[in-house]
Amino acid sequence: MSSNNNTAGFLAIELDGAGYENLSAAVLAAESAGFHVATFKDSPRDGRVNALQRAAFAGPATRAIAVVPEVDTVYTEPFHISTQLASLDYVSGGRAGWIATAAESPEGAAAVGRSFVSGKALAQEAAASIEVGRRLWDSWEDDAVIRDVATGRYIDVDKLHYVDFETPADFRGTPYSVKGPSIIPRPLQGQLPVLAAASLVGEGLVPVEAVDAVLVSAPTPELLAAEVRDVRARLGASVAVVAELDVVLDSRGETAGSRALTEPEHARFVGSASGLTDLLEALLNEADGVRLNPAVVDVELEELSRLVLPELRRRGALRAPIQDGTFRDVLGLAPTENRYSITAADAAGK
Amino acid sequence: MSRDVFQPTGQIQLGIFFQGVNSGTIWKAPESGSQTDFESFRHIVQTAERGKFAAFFLGEGLRLREHLGRPHALDVVGRPDAQTMLAALAAVTRNIGLVATQNTTYNDPADLAHRLSSLDLISAGRAAWNIVTTDNAWTGANFRRGGYLDHADRYKHAEAFVETVKRIWDSWETPSGPARHVRHEGQHYTVDVTPRLPRSAQYRPVLFQAGDSPEGRDFAARQADVIFSAHPKLDDAVELRRDIVTRSIAAGRGANAVQIMPASEFILAATDQEAQEKKAWVRSLQIGPQQAVAYLEQFWGRELSSYDPDGPLPEIDPVVEETSETRGSGFHGAKARQLADQWRAEAKDKGLSIRQFVTSRTARVDATFTGSYTAVADHLAEYARVGAVDGFNISPWLIPTGLDDIVNHLVPELQERGVYPTEYRGATLRENLGLETPVRSSGTVPAT
Repeated sequence: MSSNNNTAGFLAIELDGAGYENLSAAVLAAESAGFHVATFKDSPRDGRVNALQRAAFAGPATRAIAVVPEVDTVYTEPFHISTQLASLDYVSGGRAGWIATAAESPEGAAAVGRSFVSGKALAQEAAASIEVGRRLWDSWEDDAVIRDVATGRYIDVDKLHYVDFETPADFRGTPYSVKGPSIIPRPLQGQLPVLAAASLVGEGLVPVEAVDAVLVSAPTPELLAAEVRDVRARLGASVAVVAELDVVLDSRGETAGSRALTEPEHARFVGSASGLTDLLEALLNEADGVRLNPAVVDVELEELSRLVLPELRRRGALRAPIQDGTFRDVLGLAPTENRYSITAADAAGK
Repeated sequence: MSRDVFQPTGQIQLGIFFQGVNSGTIWKAPESGSQTDFESFRHIVQTAERGKFAAFFLGEGLRLREHLGRPHALDVVGRPDAQTMLAALAAVTRNIGLVATQNTTYNDPADLAHRLSSLDLISAGRAAWNIVTTDNAWTGANFRRGGYLDHADRYKHAEAFVETVKRIWDSWETPSGPARHVRHEGQHYTVDVTPRLPRSAQYRPVLFQAGDSPEGRDFAARQADVIFSAHPKLDDAVELRRDIVTRSIAAGRGANAVQIMPASEFILAATDQEAQEKKAWVRSLQIGPQQAVAYLEQFWGRELSSYDPDGPLPEIDPVVEETSETRGSGFHGAKARQLADQWRAEAKDKGLSIRQFVTSRTARVDATFTGSYTAVADHLAEYARVGAVDGFNISPWLIPTGLDDIVNHLVPELQERGVYPTEYRGATLRENLGLETPVRSSGTVPAT
């Protein structure tokens, strides 16, 4: 499990602004700059194509960077998103992850003709979808495909499992059930790392055991380190903590200040590459990783690639990229057990 | 020339259906590769593109087939989500169309429209939707709504769904927007959405449809660009063409508006005799002894493993009234005892063992083109000449190398005969299929 005793951290970059036309160039630039993770936003906005498909497109175009889309848990089919994410893991060679979102979205509700979900019910939807996703990923054991010519069996049916999920009794939304098994074998990583906003996770929300990492926001960069410490104290050491930072840099002869035109979504750094380098070094001392939300993807990426990441590497603040690694490797997660596997000892006891 | 008179193009196209989860795909041969590794998909799609194939199809998995209450173990099991895989394949291809089979029952119109548009934009105008329907409550056990649709309503529901999706795609007044609001209130769902995505380079995804009942054909004649048919035999194909032309004209569309691509299987070699030998080998691996018995068990509703696959059909009767729906379409609802009587008589009459009988029933007898490269090319050229079909949709029996000999040997023969493209005609699937730009669902011609 990840913890803050490893001072070197990882860097993620949000590539939403690259759109679909420049996706290949942007994700390759992020990979060659040394980013560990590319993320893809998915809330409704004109011209924004499905995040999971952008991540899938980026998968075969790259070799080392993790591809991690946002996927809504409220107005989607849990069965579909579980198998889509498992498929993403296959097309990316085990570099997939999932930012599970659950936002108040009257637009999302109207589009699929469902009741508007708000408040605590959002976390329930997220928790249910994550549980379905994880059970389905385990519903095939790793060695379920046996291709045994002698007996004519392609799979060993004892290694496939019905997941029989049902929403809990206190579920506020429309109850549902999912039978399983998945339609695709267990993902290459076994379980994809699941990320969620820290505000969605904890007591009475999405259980902390359900996620591998949380995204932490604060109003200003100065408050971010303290917020990271608070979240770590609240959720414990079992989850990685990722700080969210909007970034506007001096670039191409223009000052960052003159380029910082929109309202920030998260704590925002506006300034020089060297100032950002110092801030990130400090943040990576507290957090396991930082996700950068660049003002303009190709502009900021150029500065980050040329000035910021090399200097962070020189200072030993960044984890070395893992050759042919998985997203689990980036997060320092151990291989997962399959919840449905019957160990030799269990079998003997039955 | 009147748009009410069908004009043969003199050309055929090829597509590939990476189907997987049935007995058609051989997994027992040493050269059978992975059904899930990305490299299998990359190899086959790039081979198809080398052969100037128009389209690459993926099936949709909603629930694993079952056999006597457990997952069916004897055929290939497991496949990726169609659109996720196709988005990834868009990154490693340039011209081939990417066709996702997606059902209208366990998807939401606004969500599906958005995802298909996404695929279309990511692939720069190469996406298509193969529309399928299901009413199967057993499949619904994996989804929020569960089973909710009556069998009789499935086309009505599907057509309302497709119309809504088209309205969403057509909602952008100009290529750059703004979008018009789309609202639909139907029996089974309500959609209220302001679409977020612009038109693609091919205006909107191409529509394929595979229904074969009179109702299904009318649906296709009204809605589809291409029919993925089940009638590859020349005289059947000619007959289907006539029928579809009639239905298309009746639906107010041109005689050439709807193309036809039958599902097919190719077993090829340098000589006819080698091809026949290869066919025997392919069939023996498609239907092994266990699969033959399991096939009958599905209709008998009971275990029959004590019966010799090389002996006669079981004399005992089925224990079920109707066959179960758990193996997907085409298997449910048959009157089991009647069927058993009929089959026993037929097998006895022809002197067939269980295995021979099942092979004869499951092999795509009409759909298989067996022979030398030159003989099959001559045969296909005849289809092109009379305009029986617009192309063939090939289900390869071997993954990932099942297209190699088709692309290396058959395609050049077809090109020599002038009936097959030597280059992609354009950048989009719509251009490569030679389809017209669609008319907006509001009835007005789209601005360009």
